[in-house]
Amino acid sequence: MSDNKTETLKTLPLDSWHRSLGGRMVPFAGYEMPVQYEGVMAEHLWTRENAGLFDVSHMGQVQLNGEGAAEALEAITPGNISALGAGKIRYTLLLAQDGGILDDLMVTNTGRNLYLVVNGATKHHDIAYMRGQLPEHITLNHMEDAALLALQGPKAADALAKLNIQPLEAGWPVPNELYFMEAGPFLWGDIPLGISRSGYTGEDGFEISVPAEHAEKLAAALCAMDEVKPIGLGARDSLRLEAGLPLYGHDMDANVLPVEANLNFALSKARREEANFAGAERVLAQYPNKADKKRVGLFVNGRQPVREGANVVDADDKVIGAVTSGGFSPTLQKPIAMAYVPAALSETGTEIIVEQRGKRIACMVADMPFVPHNYHRKPKL
Amino acid sequence: MSRYYTDEHEWVDVEGETATVGITDYAQEQLGDIVFVETPEIGAELSQGDDAAVVESVKAASDVYAAVSGTVVEVNDALEDEPALVNSSAEEDGWFFRVTLSDKSELDDLMGEKAYKAFVDGL
Repeated sequence: MSDNKTETLKTLPLDSWHRSLGGRMVPFAGYEMPVQYEGVMAEHLWTRENAGLFDVSHMGQVQLNGEGAAEALEAITPGNISALGAGKIRYTLLLAQDGGILDDLMVTNTGRNLYLVVNGATKHHDIAYMRGQLPEHITLNHMEDAALLALQGPKAADALAKLNIQPLEAGWPVPNELYFMEAGPFLWGDIPLGISRSGYTGEDGFEISVPAEHAEKLAAALCAMDEVKPIGLGARDSLRLEAGLPLYGHDMDANVLPVEANLNFALSKARREEANFAGAERVLAQYPNKADKKRVGLFVNGRQPVREGANVVDADDKVIGAVTSGGFSPTLQKPIAMAYVPAALSETGTEIIVEQRGKRIACMVADMPFVPHNYHRKPKL
Repeated sequence: MSRYYTDEHEWVDVEGETATVGITDYAQEQLGDIVFVETPEIGAELSQGDDAAVVESVKAASDVYAAVSGTVVEVNDALEDEPALVNSSAEEDGWFFRVTLSDKSELDDLMGEKAYKAFVDGL
């Protein structure tokens, strides 16, 4: 997040729509973005019970085209991208040559190319890095004329069904037939949409890529429904924190390795065996549990939240870790946080101390997610 | 009783030597849903501009500075169980603390209601 008011902020395709709905605009990732409309608490709880519409058009949408794009991307990610079937999505990490995490991203095999969604604050650096690392015949298309809307919550599927969106090609599912981490190309009337059953709130929901000039029509159609309200960045942050999902630039960065970030699931078995991704030697030396520190969840005693930047200290006040995200959980009505702690103190139930403004606050390592995920997963056979 | 305002969006009600301090309705609106208020210790000696309290919303913590110098004589215990009082009644039931003023001349530099309103309108 940036507080630098002198930088030139860009506006989102839906900027005037956000303002007309009373959205309070703040600088984020180089854009003016709505932090809230009616209030973080109300918007958060609405999304957990109904459906919320988030404008995440600041995020980078990138297409990789060219023969062998999946294998090429595997040089700088630890995900099994080449095994990804058409219409399937994978969460993976963009790794520096030393294995440090440059970004986290979603990769979709569209059947025709790879479609990547990367973080807004890192997108230009990501694209430059990929351009430098990928073979020349792989082309990168930064889809700057596309908006991205996330429809999230238990009523998201019912709401989306009302729009009568059809698959672009016969034989593909309609949006509601997608399972979690599946995607496809669709038509809403004559407007092309790329829809993924995914999100970053822990709820069922969809992420919808739409040409910028049609974004307002889609957002308005969804928000005209009783079960859908526009939701700001503030609730997006508290929702993802409850879901135990790390936020790049806060809960991980280029100085952190995947095992430390508690992202072992992103190191796929096949890729661990091949061990040929950037920084593999250094990354795999920590696998599965040989890192000195680890990202954990925290419950905080009392009602006062601990915040990003607060230190984790030992009995002698020595700094042994740091809080990387912290806030008040609207669902649980108590403060929760993520922190890096020494591996020896990372077991669930371990008591640790956070020091904030000279006060020592008792915390306990907690399982994540703090609030159970509610994904629409494909039934196991 | 006279009410004064600061450019940090605090209000100060003065009655004799005692001042009651809180944050303005504009401030609570900006902060959003308030989930915790850390009030100062009774007996604390505050100098104007010191950190006096912390107000926490879902997303962020904000410092509340001592609008005036003085000794804390009372804090609003109701905020412990119901911090949202600051949202629903910022300028009455959601007060933060009371001090015995140590330098009443500090009040001369604060704004009156009209001046504060003009200040907020200009933001």
